[in-house]
Amino acid sequence: YAGRGRGRGQLSFSIEAVGIGKGENLPPSTVQPTQLFPPLEHKPVPLQTSEEAEYMLALKQEFRGAMKTLPFYIRPAAPKKDVERYSDKYQSTEPSDNTIEWTPENPVIPKESKKPRVNKEEIIRKLETLEKKEEEVSSDEEEGEKKKTEEEEAEGEEEYDEEEFEEETDYIMSYFDNGEEFGADSDDNMDEAIY
Amino acid sequence: MTAQEVRLCGLLLQEHFGEVVEKMGTELLRSGALNLRALAHQTSTPLDLVKKSLCVLVQHGMCVFGPGRRGPGGPVEYTANCERILYMLRYPRYIYTAKSLYGDTGELVIEEILQRGQMTMSSTVRTVADRLTHSMEDGQSMEYSEVITAFTRLVETHFLQRCPPVDSMGTAGKASSGSSDASAVPQPARPETHPDCYLIPQVCGDEGIFWQVNFERFHLHFRHQSIISAVASKLDPTSSEIVRTMLRLSEVTTPANTAHTQALSANEIFRALPVSYNISRPILDQYLTLLVDDPMEFVSKTGDSGGGMYVVNLHRALANLARVTLESVVQERFGSRSARIFRLLLRKRHLEQKQVEDFAMIPAKEAKDMLYTLLSQNLVQLQEIPKTPDFAPSRTFYLYTVNQLPTARLLLHNCYKVHTHTHTTNTHHTHYIQRVWISTVVLFITLFVKVMCCVDVCVNFCVF
Repeated sequence: YAGRGRGRGQLSFSIEAVGIGKGENLPPSTVQPTQLFPPLEHKPVPLQTSEEAEYMLALKQEFRGAMKTLPFYIRPAAPKKDVERYSDKYQSTEPSDNTIEWTPENPVIPKESKKPRVNKEEIIRKLETLEKKEEEVSSDEEEGEKKKTEEEEAEGEEEYDEEEFEEETDYIMSYFDNGEEFGADSDDNMDEAIY
Repeated sequence: MTAQEVRLCGLLLQEHFGEVVEKMGTELLRSGALNLRALAHQTSTPLDLVKKSLCVLVQHGMCVFGPGRRGPGGPVEYTANCERILYMLRYPRYIYTAKSLYGDTGELVIEEILQRGQMTMSSTVRTVADRLTHSMEDGQSMEYSEVITAFTRLVETHFLQRCPPVDSMGTAGKASSGSSDASAVPQPARPETHPDCYLIPQVCGDEGIFWQVNFERFHLHFRHQSIISAVASKLDPTSSEIVRTMLRLSEVTTPANTAHTQALSANEIFRALPVSYNISRPILDQYLTLLVDDPMEFVSKTGDSGGGMYVVNLHRALANLARVTLESVVQERFGSRSARIFRLLLRKRHLEQKQVEDFAMIPAKEAKDMLYTLLSQNLVQLQEIPKTPDFAPSRTFYLYTVNQLPTARLLLHNCYKVHTHTHTTNTHHTHYIQRVWISTVVLFITLFVKVMCCVDVCVNFCVF
């Protein structure tokens, strides 16, 4: 930035180059943000209100109104009332959204793949077969394996909780040195000074 | 797509489809492509509402789906289309255009299909005939055949097109960009790659054949309309009628974004002129010469066979119209002297401050003021040309210039902003008119910006 530092007031370029003549009155420097609604020097052109514009305006309003009646206008579910009231039985509950009447004719969105569910079934089946094997041949190894897979699954689910639990303190547990190891090193090497 | 556009899209979705669809659409626009579960999770919305919203969006062509990042084996991803959502601003204009071309029947056909996104021909015909019958006097009813005629005309002139067939994964038929690269996401094919795109089916057996509005065709029509009205106001009604005839002859054969229409001979134009314009052949030649000589370069002569071959210069005409729109905006906002400076910069491309003062014949102090105002509004830019490698200010040229395309985009986004504001403020009658007017301006500028993107950089925008 020109003029910063020593010799304030000296610029690296001549002011004439920018177009400001000597002794010319510069506009007052701005010390606050511009006004929220600065005065408008040139008024905007008046709006065109042709027949065409009026007709299109009417079309637009009709369109919006029509869209609200079509099944594409999805309303969120009505908020749950605080207390069940006796009069609810006698009030007609509107459907929470209008799309009940409309079933898309085109295959509009693809069938979402059911893979996650299939996987769960497979896992359950696997566990069942393992259980059966266990009963047939009761060996420690297989039990150990089964326990491992169960533990791994359990761990997978509980891992998140453990981490959350651990982080209740600000200190990372593994970094904590509770001083038990202090002095464990023998004082044999007295060559190096201990600070 | 800017944050402003996303906000406007959200408002439009909310007005037409409610806040649930608005939430889904906005999330998709902000996040890019998302699969079903991610969308449900990010918006904390129950899965069935998410599915219904997506159905609505896809039905209206505002969202597409396709294989996701993990390829065909992974979950389907949905992408929202900002541009398509913004077309909702123009719905009244599309409907009005259909009315002006094909009467009340055409108007209702387009209105119904816009409301429902896609429809079969038979259901459209039935609904429109019923609506028209309701509005007629007792005892009269609308003939289905009349509606079919209007529908057919709309298809023949390409204002309606078939929806591309969609397989379960969202890729349209065999016309997708068949790339062997697994990571490339095949785009849904454009409707026009389908050979039966404009083929009318039998009325009774057309389940599964859905029709949608061909927005690009309407936009082409709007561009042509603006050229015709520009000719009418700059020259005279007969010249504009000649240009209209030329455009009409090449409507269906000219692809969407070409620089000129196909060449037409003067003989052809003469034969195709409307009967009410009873001008003789030599007079037509004179009019054509005038059009060719006009500095706006609406029409050019490309050959001498057939009495002279002529084309309409679409790109040039639209670029000139865009430029004139920019100048008009500057004039209305900052006054005629600022507009003079602006036009000067457009013509001379780069000028130093001193040169601006001299050419515009405006006193130095005022010229400076105006230039700085234009600069602060981003309508004018400053270009630095260093004389020495160290960019020292005393040894650098500072040139003022106008970059048309970014400036046009800026004005377009201002228009979107105004749209958003008028939508969110109290819906007074005047605001509606404002919005309609602004849609017109937005339309102009969008069409021009699109065209200007295709225009070759070294096209000379020389004016008067």
